Amino acid sequence: MLTALYIMIGLALALGAALGYAALKFKVEGDPLIARIDAILPQTQCGQCGFPGCKPYATAIAEGRADINQCPPGGDAGVRALADLMGMEYKPLNAENGVEKPKAVAFIDEPVCIGCTLCIQACPVDAILGAAKHMHTIIASECTGCELCVAPCPVDCISMIPIAETPDNWKWKYPTIPIKPVMTLK
Amino acid sequence: MNALVNFTKIFRFHGGVHPPENKSQSTQLPIGQLSLPDNIVLPLRQHVGNIPKIKVSVGDKVLKGQLLAEAEGAVSAAIHATTSGTVTAIDDAIIPHPSGLPDRCITIKPDGRDEWVEKKPQDWRNADRNALVASLRLSGIVGLGGATFPTHIKLRADGKSGVHTLIINAAECEPYITCDDRLMRERADDIVKGIEIAQYLLGAEKVLIGIEDNKPEAATSMQAATAKNSALQVVVVPTLYPSGDARRLVHLVLGTEIPYDKRSTEVGLQVFNVATVLALYRYFELGEPSISRIVSMTGNVYQPQNFEVLFGTPLPHLIKAAGGVKPETTHYIMGGPMMGFDLPDENVPITKAANCIIAAAPNLFARPPPAMPCIRCARCADACPVNLQPQELYWFAKSDNFEKANDYKLFDCIECGACSYVCPSNIPLVQYYRYAKSEIIAIDKAHEAADLARERNDFRLARIEREKLERAQKHAERAAAQKEEAVKIASENQNNDAQQANIYADAGDAKKAAIAAAIERAKAAKAAAQQAGDAPKNVVVNDENIQKEIAQIDARRQAVGIEAESSKPAIDEDKQAKIAAAIARAKAAKVAAEAAKQIDTKES
Amino acid sequence: MLKVLLALVPGIAAYVWVFGGGVLVTIALGTATALAAETAMLKLRRRPVQPFLMDFSAVITAWLLALAIPPLAPWWLIVVGTLFAIVVAKQLYGGLGYNPFNPAMIGYAVLLISFPAIMTKWPVVLHLAQTPLSFMDQLRYIFSGQLPLDSNLIAMKLDAVTSATPLDYLKTQLKLNHNVASITQAPLFGTFGGKGGEYVTGAYLLGGLYLWQQKIISWHLPTAFLAALALISGAFWLVNPAHFATPLFHLFSGASMLCAFFIITDPISGPTTPRGKLYFAAGVAVITYLVRIYGGYPDGVAFAVIFMNICVPLIDAHTQPRVFGHEK
Repeated sequence: MLTALYIMIGLALALGAALGYAALKFKVEGDPLIARIDAILPQTQCGQCGFPGCKPYATAIAEGRADINQCPPGGDAGVRALADLMGMEYKPLNAENGVEKPKAVAFIDEPVCIGCTLCIQACPVDAILGAAKHMHTIIASECTGCELCVAPCPVDCISMIPIAETPDNWKWKYPTIPIKPVMTLK
Repeated sequence: MNALVNFTKIFRFHGGVHPPENKSQSTQLPIGQLSLPDNIVLPLRQHVGNIPKIKVSVGDKVLKGQLLAEAEGAVSAAIHATTSGTVTAIDDAIIPHPSGLPDRCITIKPDGRDEWVEKKPQDWRNADRNALVASLRLSGIVGLGGATFPTHIKLRADGKSGVHTLIINAAECEPYITCDDRLMRERADDIVKGIEIAQYLLGAEKVLIGIEDNKPEAATSMQAATAKNSALQVVVVPTLYPSGDARRLVHLVLGTEIPYDKRSTEVGLQVFNVATVLALYRYFELGEPSISRIVSMTGNVYQPQNFEVLFGTPLPHLIKAAGGVKPETTHYIMGGPMMGFDLPDENVPITKAANCIIAAAPNLFARPPPAMPCIRCARCADACPVNLQPQELYWFAKSDNFEKANDYKLFDCIECGACSYVCPSNIPLVQYYRYAKSEIIAIDKAHEAADLARERNDFRLARIEREKLERAQKHAERAAAQKEEAVKIASENQNNDAQQANIYADAGDAKKAAIAAAIERAKAAKAAAQQAGDAPKNVVVNDENIQKEIAQIDARRQAVGIEAESSKPAIDEDKQAKIAAAIARAKAAKVAAEAAKQIDTKES
Repeated sequence: MLKVLLALVPGIAAYVWVFGGGVLVTIALGTATALAAETAMLKLRRRPVQPFLMDFSAVITAWLLALAIPPLAPWWLIVVGTLFAIVVAKQLYGGLGYNPFNPAMIGYAVLLISFPAIMTKWPVVLHLAQTPLSFMDQLRYIFSGQLPLDSNLIAMKLDAVTSATPLDYLKTQLKLNHNVASITQAPLFGTFGGKGGEYVTGAYLLGGLYLWQQKIISWHLPTAFLAALALISGAFWLVNPAHFATPLFHLFSGASMLCAFFIITDPISGPTTPRGKLYFAAGVAVITYLVRIYGGYPDGVAFAVIFMNICVPLIDAHTQPRVFGHEK
């Protein structure tokens, strides 16, 4: 009886030591969790999740303060990737945060713009060019489509234009296999 | 056939298939010439790389060979007018692209005179290689085998390329396509001149011309033309699709496997299509830019034939020349049946990539039976010329497992279609790979955009923080200046207070110091009020309450300013600097107070 | 897949010649069950029926199972086995192309574990039995389990349906400390395999060569299987010829040939890389031999195949061939 106990204790100690050694020796220097979550997020910085940006949302997820389904620009694929990373069950996007939309860029109707700089202050990625009392314009290649500039504009001169499909950004479609209707056996 | 005896060893590659050739239909007649079409539509997107910059506007009269759009950026090619006439439109039109999406085109209404611009042939044998290659940027020449990679890039190695062997791709392995075959039969001498130009530009010692053994006439003709030049050698390779793929052909004739991550030039090789070198000849010897190519018009037409077609010629014009289309034609394929794509519309222009147009009909291309599940028979793996595992790639592509697809070297796939051809389950494998590839490319692009956005957002946040700090700094400086002013008008009994401030500052707490300063200022203000009688009469603020209020506001401001400053990471150095500053301020206050006393005594 | 069925024909012919026509009944029953089960499952799963039935994969499963079980087994045995193979091992995993295990071998293993007594009871080959059963007798026995009542030789006829296979006999006799040389003197044994059985395996070999000639199967699997089986049995035999049978005996008894050309060549549950095929087949051969020598069952093909099926993803992942232009 005592021998068995000793053996078990000895085994526990030996295995524990081995595991501890392995944990130190083969320690994976991975990115911290927040950075890995942030890498999945689309970086639109739109705040639709209820946080002031992607990084704060990533932090909130990591700390368990936010759910994984609050990012509409990331879409379904984003939720799946987050669920995968967090080891959580997939859940559909929370409609309260918005719906997934095709990617768009902001466009300033320049003759209408009064040069108030409000949109410049709202843009999270400094993609709007202009100065006070001068017309503003959007650097389309750097616009994330967050729509944050639309609301502050006092003259409503900013609109969101979906990115059109061109031969440049066109993608091959998933092959569809025609499935014949089920036939009845005579 | 004796002339076809091969003296070179052939290095076979893995896999390959033997689809029915269907080449004889279009090789019966010589290359035909087309009449001028009613209008010419030149898409700007005819090559790999950047869209060229338009140099003409609507209404301009242009001459044949005139530059319409010039190369933009490193990888790009120029576009020339293919006949003389008037530019009638620069707008979006249907282009031969698998997407079927319209793109920017220049439309020319021919004037019927077909009048050339001044041709400028170059004496290439006595010219600087760099200048020659640089001038190629204006030639509009791209790889005419179908890849349409700008040729000037492939020659850019300023003569010291280290390219020792030039390989001329004349394999033309895909079924139906015969444009290179007819070209070699009819214009072998010009081709050889073009090869010599390319050889000169690259500084290659040896030239191997790879021709599949199903084109004996072409091989004989090329052998006769190359007989004078011992550096040129015709290598007849066995007919096996896809021997015309550049890397496969290099392996066939030299046994060299070009590493997947390297260009052929990095291993001292360069590959040109036979039609491309002919275009080089025409550019340098005749001064003609790239304005036409040979196109095989075959399939379900009455008279399949090769034609020399001006770029921008509408397809119906070509079809008419081939005797018109037989009934039951369903659609048109550009390229061969293995790698080509279905044209979105009949009314597309012929472009630099159009080596072959096939009129498709059910009797030529039966609709494949519905795809069955993959049974992992691995016949695709046996047929794959790149030695990939198509059945695994299919599995990953189908389930959107792109990471795995990448691990299994999806991007090494050349989309030759050999796997789809042998698949007993009729699975459109290549379509899955194309889908997966374009998804992966889109995901990578999105990641890049996200990284850029993150960087810019981080920068913005850092900027806002910095600006806040700068503002705080300014506040603090202003507060200090104000304090000095206050001290200036303070009376001598401030000395003690200043010392007190000194003590507080010694405590090391900026906040406390600030409060102390505020208190001190308030006291000073009080003292000043007491001495109001002595103060100049034009000072309005003599009410004690107002003075107090001002002092409070000042104190608040300063406190806020210094608080903002103290939110900076409290580095010891910083703190010490602040203490030193406080001491200095206190000393200055003392001096000022003394001075003030002197002034006071003077005044009194 | 029609060619696979065609390639089985010589084997079946030899089988009929050796064991009588009863096997034809079993095959017919199996085929009918397989087709019915496949149709029902496809309909339940809302898949098109015709293209999947016309590829004959279900028929192959039924035939392989029918050839693997004892020829005079009761009629419900093949029905149960085929049902399990088609419904559970194939369709529940997603049907054609998605089954991780060889359905026929799953069916066989299920039968062997559930009905060991029936599954190890093989009839004596026709020309060994003193009173061979006629086709009608066999038919009657398959469906009712009864032998002709009017016969005076019931005892002897019973003997005709309850014999051991050569592999089984060898195993039990070795346990009784007889040596191989004396055991193989028994009438059950032929020139190099089991008497009669060796002709059937020879016929399978012929069919297999036809498949190889037709490029239906690659050389890797059969060659690796037979070579590995010969090697391991040869090694044991060289060490102790008195206790271990010759390689030739192992190659020509049990399900060796059927396995080499028809069972492990199932592409769906097997590996796809050339090197992987060699490893897979060799693994099956080694496990088969070990089960034959040390296991509780006379033949180990089914278990060996199922075990190696589990290893297929691993084998495939680690035997990826070198891609053109890549370093290994």
